[in-house]
Amino acid sequence: MTSPTTTSQQETSKDSPEHHSEVTSTVIRARSGWQAVNFAELWHYRELLFFLIWRDVKIRYKQTILGATWAIIQPVMTMIVFTIFFGKFGGMAKGSNIPYPIVVFSALLPWTFFVNSISQGGNSLVNSSHLITKVYFPRLLIPMSTLGAPLLDFAISSGVLVAMIGWYMATGVDSIVISPQLTLLPVFLLITILTAFGVSTLLSALTIAYRDFRYVLTFLVQLWMFASPVAYVLGGENGVPERWWRWMALNPMTGAIVGFRRSITGEPLLWDVIAISGVSSVLFLIAGVMYFRRVEQRFADII
Amino acid sequence: MTQAAITVEHLSKRFLISAAEERATTFYDAISSTMLAPLNRFRRLSQNAPSSEEFWALKDINFEVPEGEVVGIIGHNGAGKSTLLKILSRITEPTEGQIKIRGRVASLLEVGTGFHPELTGRENIFLNGSILGMSRTEIDANFDAIVDFSGIEQFLDTPFKRYSSGMGIRLAFAVAAHLDPEILIIDEVLAVGDAHFQRKCLGKMSEVAGSGRTVLFVSHNMAAVENLCNRAILLQHGQLTKEGPTSETIQTYMSGIESDWDQAEAELPKQNGVKASVSITNEEGGDIIAAGRPTIWTIDLELDRPLVDAEVGFRVMDHNGNSITTIYTMYQSTEHWRIEKKATIQVDWPDFNLSAGRYYVTFTVVDGQEVISSWEKSVVLDVSESDYFGTGRTMPGAFGGTLSKVDWKLVSQE
Repeated sequence: MTSPTTTSQQETSKDSPEHHSEVTSTVIRARSGWQAVNFAELWHYRELLFFLIWRDVKIRYKQTILGATWAIIQPVMTMIVFTIFFGKFGGMAKGSNIPYPIVVFSALLPWTFFVNSISQGGNSLVNSSHLITKVYFPRLLIPMSTLGAPLLDFAISSGVLVAMIGWYMATGVDSIVISPQLTLLPVFLLITILTAFGVSTLLSALTIAYRDFRYVLTFLVQLWMFASPVAYVLGGENGVPERWWRWMALNPMTGAIVGFRRSITGEPLLWDVIAISGVSSVLFLIAGVMYFRRVEQRFADII
Repeated sequence: MTQAAITVEHLSKRFLISAAEERATTFYDAISSTMLAPLNRFRRLSQNAPSSEEFWALKDINFEVPEGEVVGIIGHNGAGKSTLLKILSRITEPTEGQIKIRGRVASLLEVGTGFHPELTGRENIFLNGSILGMSRTEIDANFDAIVDFSGIEQFLDTPFKRYSSGMGIRLAFAVAAHLDPEILIIDEVLAVGDAHFQRKCLGKMSEVAGSGRTVLFVSHNMAAVENLCNRAILLQHGQLTKEGPTSETIQTYMSGIESDWDQAEAELPKQNGVKASVSITNEEGGDIIAAGRPTIWTIDLELDRPLVDAEVGFRVMDHNGNSITTIYTMYQSTEHWRIEKKATIQVDWPDFNLSAGRYYVTFTVVDGQEVISSWEKSVVLDVSESDYFGTGRTMPGAFGGTLSKVDWKLVSQE
């Protein structure tokens, strides 16, 4: 047995398709232990990633009457329900001087993206069994491609948030301040994407061996939402007390959601929360991808 | 000098089959084993699955495929053909050994991998092409040729789910046919579509095979293997048992000791003082009878009283009882046979022109003009496919029981 680092023996030295004269050579042999991510190969298959995303986007709202409106309906309905129950009856709105619908919707944008990604990502390998057993390509493309359609939904429903902010500002609400913080939005989206991808790879690889994780996924999503500041805020009268913030930040979605919300409303950013969540999201990503790569070669046999 | 395109060295693949769960015999057992199942499973997981059994799908396979050669892989179901293709296609990993491949590989383990029912034909061409490893520019460049080959241009913008299965296969094969790899790995894809389209595919395959590309081709269709491949490999129970020119390998396969076929032989009980045993074999004495390949029919007779002017014959019938053909000494032999107690009679049938299918054979013994004994449909004869016409195509049994070799010419056309 050689050490894990020297047994990743399935690399293919591909060259560009234009240079047919150069010979591609591949060695197929058993691998074991931890596998590094083959970035060159992922890059080589970028077109396939594009086509897989394109497929998901194309079929997402086929044969529906409302089409892409569904991307908006889901977060908007959730926002209305939350505003009535948590905002009016639960008194959560007292936590900050930002209008509660904005508080909720700015959190629902990254959250909905996250939930859609892991729901589809977690089942993605099992749903692609017909591909896995019939054709080779880097398997990481499968959970990766499931991020595409939710990201598009995210972009569509962002329009609703812009409209809402515009409406509130036009009606004289002055607590929302458009500041240079807005330029940090991509950072928080990135934390969300890394977490979603990490959780998707982990869940999809676990689900392929143990279908139990399908059921885990359903209530994981519910529990995770209450562990994340979607319906509530950090600080303020009814918000989470400061002594808990750092613990909550271990959940990367805490930093992502709070950061996302505060860069939109112009409230001061909580850098320590963001830093902890950022590191945590990278750990989720590494854990997911490492586990995925480790069990990857068995997918076709156990699916 | 040609280099090996594929080198397979000491390749083995092991599967672990988990032993069947103990069967519950009572209701209480059933309930308790259901309740305890998760616990047991956890225990098994933590003990590294002691209840699973090993199964070697492939064991120490070695072979080389030189560049430009078209090699067939044959063998019974479960012999390891599909596992070998899956390892070559990098879908699953070997347990031991290695494969070196020189060149760009495309593998077709089925047609239409990744086709999505909600997408249109046009969209599926791009999706499927990409999944099979074509670049976007390649698909663009071949798009018209693919559509043309499939012959479904008027349905190009119809969702795939509205296609008939025939149309779907056409489109799928059309995409696959335009792959341009250096090494092509194909599994059974010819066994699809209607006869006309099959012929078109086979033509395309011959074109690929003749273009200097390296092809590995797995099939149960001996006719196609014989037609396309210059060399063949025989797998039996996960081991490579024969490698050589296609016809030789197919012969070895055909005369295989361990066949799934019922042997065409029968011990016929004593009837009117005559006891007989009949066996039908191929030229090598093996059990597998193939359309168009020479067969040998052997009869052992034991008599209570002599036959003065013995005539024997076989009538071959289909499952409806229709007579397909008859072989009978009365018409095919001018010899006069007198048999006292025992005899062995052999019929050589070099141009065995029965088409593939199952037949029932009646054996009759006649003395002079008098029928002594007749065993109705006493031998079951299974005839397998082969490349009788040398076209790579097998005529379905439904077209008729006998095969006729003819020459077709297009004399004129306008």
